[in-house]
Amino acid sequence: MPAQLSSAVDLIAQLNRGETSSVELTEGCLQTIATQDPNIRAFLSTNADAAIAQAKAIDEKRKAGQSVGKLAGLPIALKDNMCVTGVKTTCASRILENFVPPYDAGVVEKLKAADAVLVGKTNLDEFAMGSSTENSAFQVTRNPWNLEHTVGGSSGGSAAAVAARMVPLSLGSDTGGSIRQPAGFCGVVGMKPTYGRVSRYGLVAYASSLDQIGPFATDVASAALLFEVISGHDRRDSTSVDRPVPASSQTVEQPLTGLRVGIAREHFAEGLDREVEAAIQHSLDVYRSLGAEIVELSLPHSKYAIATYYLIAASEASSNLARFDGVHYGHRAAKFDNLIDMYSASRGEGFGPEVKRRIMLGTYALSAGYYDAYYLKALRVRRLIRSDFDAAFKRCDVLASPIASTPAFRLGELVNDPLAMYLSDIYTISANLAGIPGLSLPCGLSSTGLPIGLQLLAAPFEEEKLFRAARMFERATEWHTKRPK
Amino acid sequence: MYYETIIGLEVHVQLLTQTKIFCGCTSAFNPDNPNTQTCPVCLGLPGSLPVMNRKAFRLSLKTALALNCDIARFTKWDRKQYYYPDLPKGYQISQYDLPFSSHGFVEIDTDIEKGETKRVRLIRAHLEEDAGKNMHDESGRGHDSHVDLNRAGTPLLEIVSEPDLRSAAEAKKYLEELKLLLTYIGVSDCNMQEGSLRCDANVNLWVHTDDGQKIATPIVEIKNLNSFRGVEQAIEFEVARQIEEWEKTHAKIGDVPKQTRGWDANRCVTFAQRGKEEASDYRYFPDPDLTPVTVSDEFFAEVKAEICELPASRRRRYRADLGLSHYDADVIVSQGDRFTLYFEQVAKLCGDGKQAANWLTQDVQRELNARNLGVDTFPIRPEVLGGLLQRVTANQLTVKSAREVFAALLTDHDTAYEKDIRADLSTSRVEQIIAERGLAVLTDASAITQVIADVIARNPKPVADFKSGKQAAVGSLIGQIMKELKGADAKLVRQMLIDELSKP
Ligand SMILES: [Zn+2]
Repeated sequence: MPAQLSSAVDLIAQLNRGETSSVELTEGCLQTIATQDPNIRAFLSTNADAAIAQAKAIDEKRKAGQSVGKLAGLPIALKDNMCVTGVKTTCASRILENFVPPYDAGVVEKLKAADAVLVGKTNLDEFAMGSSTENSAFQVTRNPWNLEHTVGGSSGGSAAAVAARMVPLSLGSDTGGSIRQPAGFCGVVGMKPTYGRVSRYGLVAYASSLDQIGPFATDVASAALLFEVISGHDRRDSTSVDRPVPASSQTVEQPLTGLRVGIAREHFAEGLDREVEAAIQHSLDVYRSLGAEIVELSLPHSKYAIATYYLIAASEASSNLARFDGVHYGHRAAKFDNLIDMYSASRGEGFGPEVKRRIMLGTYALSAGYYDAYYLKALRVRRLIRSDFDAAFKRCDVLASPIASTPAFRLGELVNDPLAMYLSDIYTISANLAGIPGLSLPCGLSSTGLPIGLQLLAAPFEEEKLFRAARMFERATEWHTKRPK
Repeated sequence: MYYETIIGLEVHVQLLTQTKIFCGCTSAFNPDNPNTQTCPVCLGLPGSLPVMNRKAFRLSLKTALALNCDIARFTKWDRKQYYYPDLPKGYQISQYDLPFSSHGFVEIDTDIEKGETKRVRLIRAHLEEDAGKNMHDESGRGHDSHVDLNRAGTPLLEIVSEPDLRSAAEAKKYLEELKLLLTYIGVSDCNMQEGSLRCDANVNLWVHTDDGQKIATPIVEIKNLNSFRGVEQAIEFEVARQIEEWEKTHAKIGDVPKQTRGWDANRCVTFAQRGKEEASDYRYFPDPDLTPVTVSDEFFAEVKAEICELPASRRRRYRADLGLSHYDADVIVSQGDRFTLYFEQVAKLCGDGKQAANWLTQDVQRELNARNLGVDTFPIRPEVLGGLLQRVTANQLTVKSAREVFAALLTDHDTAYEKDIRADLSTSRVEQIIAERGLAVLTDASAITQVIADVIARNPKPVADFKSGKQAAVGSLIGQIMKELKGADAKLVRQMLIDELSKP
């Protein structure tokens, strides 16, 4: 079987044993991209020459017996909202279509230091606003399991790239489920770290208080490894937290004894697809069989999560995206009469409809006379949601739930119904509001052959526990070995 | 009927940090090389994040304490949102509803001779970032405008006063006192040419009518005043304009929206500007990229301990402890912290505050001006000058002789300077000069008595004249005695001579 079908952790072992080389691996990935991506369209750009050159250098380093980084020689893809020096970073938006950053994001520095090979940048909903990657200004990414279905979003390109084994690893960003939901839809492992665990420096902001970068991989151990590499304090991000990074990749194989798996009754309400519900119930049985205790509990404020999220995220977005004004960089309209006209024409042409919708929503929520009723109230509800989780994690170690109420929906099915699209984020959004870590892993296939994801959430900074609990499940099941045809 | 002028000032002070408020770029003034002091953060590039400069916050806290403000132990940063080309992020990071300080005051002298003072209350002081600078094509040929972001992200402290000022002169006095205080505590160089201190003035009138009513006229904000003289002139112009306006329209406060005006320093007029104020809603909200700050007791105490004695307190002390006049105390304190330290050292050594003040404000100040020096580089150090003046206080040297020594020291310095060597301007050199020139006052009464006896013996005619009632005859005798007794106390000599001649 081609080398890149193995998990990232296995590939590193193969590289270290000399069974394969980074060049072979990178060429294999580029080859797969060349054959698969015209159908899937996960990548917005690839940098083949630079990647091969980097792979060569790492192979030589390894051959010479020099010490190499934790991801030495592994190809990786980045969601196209993370800055890489000299590499176009578009956020899948016309307004940044030709933007080339002069600096590396914090995570990019860490990947480079770990000797990972950057092969390309992946598609997303414009500025990470969306749940299907259909809001990209450039292309629609198709689900490798069924090309008529969405990959989810907004990190759809990164999820699809790993699902189609075009790369063993990728990074996404998760503001309201943008890593976990596409991971669920694409049958891979996706993880959102605790807010503050991974530097946001160089991640083009959507909603600053919610955004967090996280890993995609084909299995839990590889996700744990990538998480470990990108985590850690960064002085350039004031919200980055200065505490030791757990050695998740070392402990991931250790099962947890006396594990308590919580389930919230609000997560099994009306509207949950029967097959999804069955897959989750079956997952709970798996945990029971592993000796875990299932604890039923409640997250009473979860019904307000969507409203809260769309007020806070849109408010922050309306401010974060103000800098795209056509003055200093990015798209500037060709024709305008005066300064105000230049702003409105440049922004009007540069932003897509969903981005405009959220900017307007956020501008409204922050306006004089509305601020207290919307933004301020949303902040208060956010605190209540956080305290729901604080209470829940006193009674359980991890919370299990569906990732979405259905498997991947059809392309075009929700794109003209923004409200239905917003509601599809119901299971994932609370984790961002509470700042807690969450993970999605494959737990079933629908009758139509689409992956179903299981979400696990843990208390702040309990990523290690999260990975170990996920790995217990993964070891007992076969779902992670299934691949799209 | 009469008019009362009501003025409140908003002052923006650039803090003396090495780097900008949210990034590591230098905050040095550099308008000649636009956009050379920038990085992803102050350019507002996508993905960049601000990190609070701890020094900027420390200096702000120090200032607020010196301005007698209440300090909020919890403070946060807000985004003030508006579009302008010199604002690369589309928002300015500032403080809105929880500024780190509020309710302070500055004491100003309203009449130095009478020692009258006035408290100007401060509403708040908060920390924010400066914007860049737009450079428009002024040729009128429609060329492109440019933006220089070297200044973007410079830490600014905004100090907002209550409308407590009643005249242009008071406004100027307030600014002078504020500037003095800020430079004393070392938080800003207050260089107005470089824009380190900028001022907006809110001006209106209270019309006191004959039937005892008080009517407030609409408030006008004059933006971007960048010299003390500009502030004074702009307010004077504006008061006259507003009186005219009132007489024409009788518009009261609230009848028209707050107006923003600019100041044309060349034509000495204010002119109407398009008001940003009424046009936009800034949509302030807490910046999610910056964590709120909690001021610990330790930090608070540490910063408080850093504050030196402030100008107002020094003036009081110089008057009370050293016997200085209001005027002298003010002149000395106005010269700045280093000057006062020099003065205090001299005063302490010489033991006579008034004499030290006279020397400092006259002799030393004259030499500093002539030589274009600061007191720290003045060749005669305070311990030497203090020692010299101590001799005057102790009646060992006349003031005239002290001036001679002072001049001799400076001549020594200048001669050495030309030869590129170091002059010895120590106390031992002072002693040497006094000895060489025989300047020491003779206090040895027997020596004086001897000379008096000799002179009387040599001059029978003037002695006889004096004895016959010609008081003036004593003059020539004193002259001769003094010639022999170089540096003697003339008063003492005169008394002793008269006593001798009056003996029966
Ligand atoms: Zn900078």
